[in-house]
Amino acid sequence: MAATSLRRFGRSLCWVSRRGLSTSCDDKVVQQNGKSMNLYSAINQALHIALETDTRAYVFGEDVGFGGVFRCTTGLADRFGKSRVFNTPLCEQGIIGFAIGLAAMGNRAIAEIQFADYIFPAFDQIVNEAAKFRYRSGNQFNCGGLTIRAPYGAVGHGGHYHSQSPEAFFCHIPGIKVVIPRSPHQAKGLLLSCIRDPNPIVFFEPKWLYRLAVEEVPEHDFMLPLSEAEVVREGSDITLLGWGAQLSIMEQACLDAEKEGISCELIDLKTLIPWDKETVESSVRKTGRLLISHEAPVTGGFGAEISASIVERCFSRLEAPVARVCGLDTPFPLIFEPFYMPTKNKILDAIKSTVNY
Amino acid sequence: MGLSTAINRSSCWSSLTRHKKPPLTSPSTQNPRGPAQNFCDREALFSSYCFESVKAEKESNSLNDVDHSQVLDFPGGKVAFTTEMRFISESPAERAHCYQVLDNDGQLIICSKFKEVSEEIAVKMYSDMVTLQTMDAVFYEAQRQGRISFYATTIGEEAINIASAAALTIDDLVFPQYREPGVLLWRGFTLQEFANQCFGNKADKGKGRQMPIHYGSNKHNYFTVAATIATQLPHAVGAAYSLKMDRRNACVITYFGDGGSSEGDFHAALNFAAVREVPVIFFCRNNGWAISTPTSDQFRSDGVVVRGLGYGIRSIRVDGNDALAIYSAVHAAREMAISEQRPVLIEALTYRVGHHSTSDDSTKYRPVDEIEWWRLARDPVARFRKWIERNGWWCSEAEIELRDSVRKQLLHAIQVAEKVEKSPLAELFMDVYDVPPSNLCEQEKLLRETIRRHPQDYPSDLPV
Ligand SMILES: Cc1ncc(C[n+]2csc(CCOP(=O)(O)OP(=O)(O)O)c2C)c(N)n1
Ligand SMILES: [Mg+2]
Repeated sequence: MAATSLRRFGRSLCWVSRRGLSTSCDDKVVQQNGKSMNLYSAINQALHIALETDTRAYVFGEDVGFGGVFRCTTGLADRFGKSRVFNTPLCEQGIIGFAIGLAAMGNRAIAEIQFADYIFPAFDQIVNEAAKFRYRSGNQFNCGGLTIRAPYGAVGHGGHYHSQSPEAFFCHIPGIKVVIPRSPHQAKGLLLSCIRDPNPIVFFEPKWLYRLAVEEVPEHDFMLPLSEAEVVREGSDITLLGWGAQLSIMEQACLDAEKEGISCELIDLKTLIPWDKETVESSVRKTGRLLISHEAPVTGGFGAEISASIVERCFSRLEAPVARVCGLDTPFPLIFEPFYMPTKNKILDAIKSTVNY
Repeated sequence: MGLSTAINRSSCWSSLTRHKKPPLTSPSTQNPRGPAQNFCDREALFSSYCFESVKAEKESNSLNDVDHSQVLDFPGGKVAFTTEMRFISESPAERAHCYQVLDNDGQLIICSKFKEVSEEIAVKMYSDMVTLQTMDAVFYEAQRQGRISFYATTIGEEAINIASAAALTIDDLVFPQYREPGVLLWRGFTLQEFANQCFGNKADKGKGRQMPIHYGSNKHNYFTVAATIATQLPHAVGAAYSLKMDRRNACVITYFGDGGSSEGDFHAALNFAAVREVPVIFFCRNNGWAISTPTSDQFRSDGVVVRGLGYGIRSIRVDGNDALAIYSAVHAAREMAISEQRPVLIEALTYRVGHHSTSDDSTKYRPVDEIEWWRLARDPVARFRKWIERNGWWCSEAEIELRDSVRKQLLHAIQVAEKVEKSPLAELFMDVYDVPPSNLCEQEKLLRETIRRHPQDYPSDLPV
């Protein structure tokens, strides 16, 4: 990795930037028992713990048996056997339908969809089945043990079908939770919470960070709370809100804005639905400004929902329109990826124009 | 249809293996749907072979001599009652046989029935297989050198690519997966055009928007590849229905893998095709692997060919490393698809000799011996070469010259492709709809302002 300067994210966290930009780390506060690891290893560790601590937990999906195309399930089949960790036929609707049935029997069904781009054949199972399983039966049945893992987002060369960020579709389905981690530590703690949460959850993993994000991750079994946003950087002039891989880009914009005398507060939403309005609201009440950034196309993206809610709650406190720096309203384009992306400088420009509104 | 049928069927198939002469019957007497066709002698043998298996099934279903009180008139035909509680077996007594013309050594198997191939066509088939092989080698290497971002080879499946394409006409539509660039090559897509797509330059018909190997060419009736598995299958059926409605003398072929046969779209497509009676050929490349997933984790049926029966679709299994068998089967399938307006399913047994793609290392999940055996002992290109050499149509001088010239052309093509600039920025916003709506016009304007402010953030080889 070229750039290895370090960054601080409120807790001891040291990661290597995915785009060669600066990072920071407070090496004085190294976690006890922590081990430096990348994001896919953190996921792998969470899955080991999930299988270890609950004999009714299962991990399956396309190519999961040999460790998965991103290596997240490495070693699981050897350790826990092929009855609990297995390849499925190439059929996403089958994977999720099967997972719902398995979960409905009181198991933890941890299903992998190879890329978020390929989750759509399972859309019906997620929208009409998983999301309504509890409600339609008057809580006689539920599939709360279901966790769907899927790598999402840009990766530099993924084109249409290896880059998409489909989180907004799933935020429009009452009954499903949507969670996206920003780093290895977060990934491990949030994934374990998702697996053990009594509701079906879609957990999107930022695939660009699988290898590139490295930080100290506690070795032990721990969970991070769902539906709790985290202020990862305090500031007073503007609130920046995002999730997943976009957090590191926003962090860079905060650092640059600081050089120009603008103090940014950065929030990682982490759980997109049901989301932590209170944390966002109290930050916006303090700063009077909000910028939301995500890779998914701006129109109908989850930023729109956040914007509307914050305008409802903080209208009189807002000193500028809510800014959105997001993906373009085009399919994800291979050679145009650098143009499509919500880059640091697009964010920085929006920070300045919002502050100077 | 019971166990007995399954067994009848397979024994009927076995009686039609290459060493025995199939009974000669006129296709017209057995084909309830369409007129007899004009086959040459060899073709008559071949087609009666095809129809014979169908007849056998029909006969085993015949209820003429059944007591009518023992029969239920049910939608779809009469169903006999039986006092025997017998479950239909999950597997036939014998696996469906695999049609072969050339043995591993490129020898014509005695009594084999196949569609005659002229010297000219055979030499073009061979040359295109070699070109495909060479293109794979050169592009794979280019990816390793970081010149293109991704690649997937067709190694081991050259015969499937080229021979199936050779048996069709340019009017037949192709809905590919991603491992059939040879079909496009056969149709005249140039090496330069392949290189342009992989380099995503301005000359790429897809305007650099998709990853390498996602070829498409309207001119060649080759619909653009999508990475999404099996989604093209229902499209093929809809397109074939259009050909049917327009009474065109053409069919559709769609390719997919063993993995693809698990997707819902596969099942939807076969069922729609059968019900709408459309001229479509479903060509399954059963190459043993879907990335790291072996077929034993994919299905427990006797491969994919037997699915045809489940959907009421005529089907055949062929040796996917035997160009002559593939050519003959696709030729016959095309005739049936068009003249009888019916779908046909072909399952070619083969092996993915290369890694899944440049993102994969297949030695992590399969034995190297297995790969080597298929690569060396069952190489479809070498097999076909032996056959054309025996015919006196090919020699080692021609071989050396061909390989040398193709390699040079390819190296030249990638050098050229590399230098061609990328599509201009305006193309980012085009083709989302027929014309860009106002949101995109506004986004383009804002983006251009951003680029003016931060030119260093953007690639220099892309004109803005
Ligand atoms: C809907 C969907 N799910 C998953 C994938 C990821 N994927 C790409 S290729 C592949 C395996 C395909 O195997 P097969 O159909 O046998 O074709 P082969 O690669 O062997 O030619 C998978 C799982 C995808 N592209 N699309
Ligand atoms: Mg395959």
